[in-house]
Amino acid sequence: MEQKNIIEIKDVAFQYPDVPEGSSLVLDGVNLSIEQGSFVAILGHNGSGKSTLAKLMNAVYLPNRGTVSVDGMDTADETHLLDIRRTVGMVFQNPDNQIVANVAEEDVAFAPENLGVPSEEIRRRVDEALKIVGMSKYARHAPHLLSGGQKQRIAIAGVIAMLPRCIVLDEPTAMLDPIGREDVMRTITRLNRERGTTIVLITHHMDEAAQADRLVVMDQGKIIADGPPKQVFQQVELLKSVGLTVPETVGLLYQLRQGGVDVPLDALSVEECAQEIYRALA
Amino acid sequence: MLKDITLGQFFPGDTIVHNLDPRTKIIIVVLYIVALFSAQGVVTYGLMLLFLITCIRLSKVGAKAILNGMRPVVIILIFTGVLNLFYNTTGDVLVHWWVFTITTGGVRTAFFMVVRILMLISGTFLLTYTTSPIMLTDGLEDLLGPLKKLHVPIHELAMMMSIALRFIPTLIEETDKIMSAQKARGADFDSGNLVDKAKALIPLLVPLFVSAFRRADELATAMECRCYHGGEGRTRLKNLAYTKEDYMALGLGVGLTAVVMVLAMGFGV
Repeated sequence: MEQKNIIEIKDVAFQYPDVPEGSSLVLDGVNLSIEQGSFVAILGHNGSGKSTLAKLMNAVYLPNRGTVSVDGMDTADETHLLDIRRTVGMVFQNPDNQIVANVAEEDVAFAPENLGVPSEEIRRRVDEALKIVGMSKYARHAPHLLSGGQKQRIAIAGVIAMLPRCIVLDEPTAMLDPIGREDVMRTITRLNRERGTTIVLITHHMDEAAQADRLVVMDQGKIIADGPPKQVFQQVELLKSVGLTVPETVGLLYQLRQGGVDVPLDALSVEECAQEIYRALA
Repeated sequence: MLKDITLGQFFPGDTIVHNLDPRTKIIIVVLYIVALFSAQGVVTYGLMLLFLITCIRLSKVGAKAILNGMRPVVIILIFTGVLNLFYNTTGDVLVHWWVFTITTGGVRTAFFMVVRILMLISGTFLLTYTTSPIMLTDGLEDLLGPLKKLHVPIHELAMMMSIALRFIPTLIEETDKIMSAQKARGADFDSGNLVDKAKALIPLLVPLFVSAFRRADELATAMECRCYHGGEGRTRLKNLAYTKEDYMALGLGVGLTAVVMVLAMGFGV
């Protein structure tokens, strides 16, 4: 039977060890299924539990209650650990702290080397991964000479070389300048569209979240909204109440509506937004 | 100031020295050190110097880069030189003043000692300049491989070393950043005596250590996420393989060491 959901999170609760008794759970009763091939953004304020949720997805953390399964494998089952991590790759916030080697291509080769892939096959995967992220030119560069965005793309290539079916990115653009951010986002969307890799993007940037097919909003360890971005962003009050802002376009439409202008809230792009305002005024 | 640290720097290139197998280079450097320590006089030192200069020229690493590497050891050099100058009292007396005596023997030992250290550093620097740290640790891991049977964690040590080397530029950058931040708030790293300067370093070292630990933690997680599970069953992107050049270079290294040892021990030159 073909597994439709690559990640299945069922009634998960999580708390870090060594926290005082009685403090609230980091995650509490989270249910989430990530469909194979989808692009899901998880949005939330600092401390909402979104990064913790990400780390549960490839067995970095194990849930205190409930189950997380990756492609049918329970993350609590240690015999599947490598298979789980090979299926769900993870990219972190700080590119400096995830690059292992002194040369870009040797870093990309790190994961397949760990998996015992033969040399020729590693070579092929490394070249392909670097091509996908558009960093072939920099294959022999030392990472500390690259820009933040380039380093992050090397880190993504390092995960691609594992041939994962799903990539979880934990705020991959948080430390990057606008150009680097755009490069990384373009790489991520292309991976999803062209190669069908499932993408889970943890972020607190609205414009990045808007690019996903599905948006999950978290607050205080719980999922408070889940659906296509257009639908989720219409819940302006809810988002504001948890300290998140909506994209500027939706914000503008919302203000207009408050002022009595009859415009819908589901226009995300500037184009669409302008069209709607034009229509309302005409 | 911090940019001067040349340890672990690698200048990529495509010369015969760069392309030798790292194991060959490590073995040759070990032989070179052995030969250097058995060298006695002008002839043997001359031979070694000739070998060193040839290697440097072949590697196309600039003399400036080699000399830059010497800067941190200047104090050790002066110390060694001066100590040897006075400690050795054989030969004719050149200068005698109060308790100090300088003899021809002292001058000779001091001179050769300084030359020996300089050549030692140049030789080892040439190794790190022309070999990528990953290749270097791969080479070491392979050479020390037999020790694994004695349960010496060679793979782990090699991995630790390569990660340490990888993070040197990152941590230097970070130190610079912290220093600038502290200077902007009025910290003074440059004036005062040695004790003052050392004290000024504390507020620099504390955040640096904290951040280094955090980095280590994140790196460990990232490595695990990329399926790192120790050295067992690991393959490599670039497999080490000896070529014809390697055998020739090894032959040359062994030959040179043998000649130097024979000349030094047999004839004392």
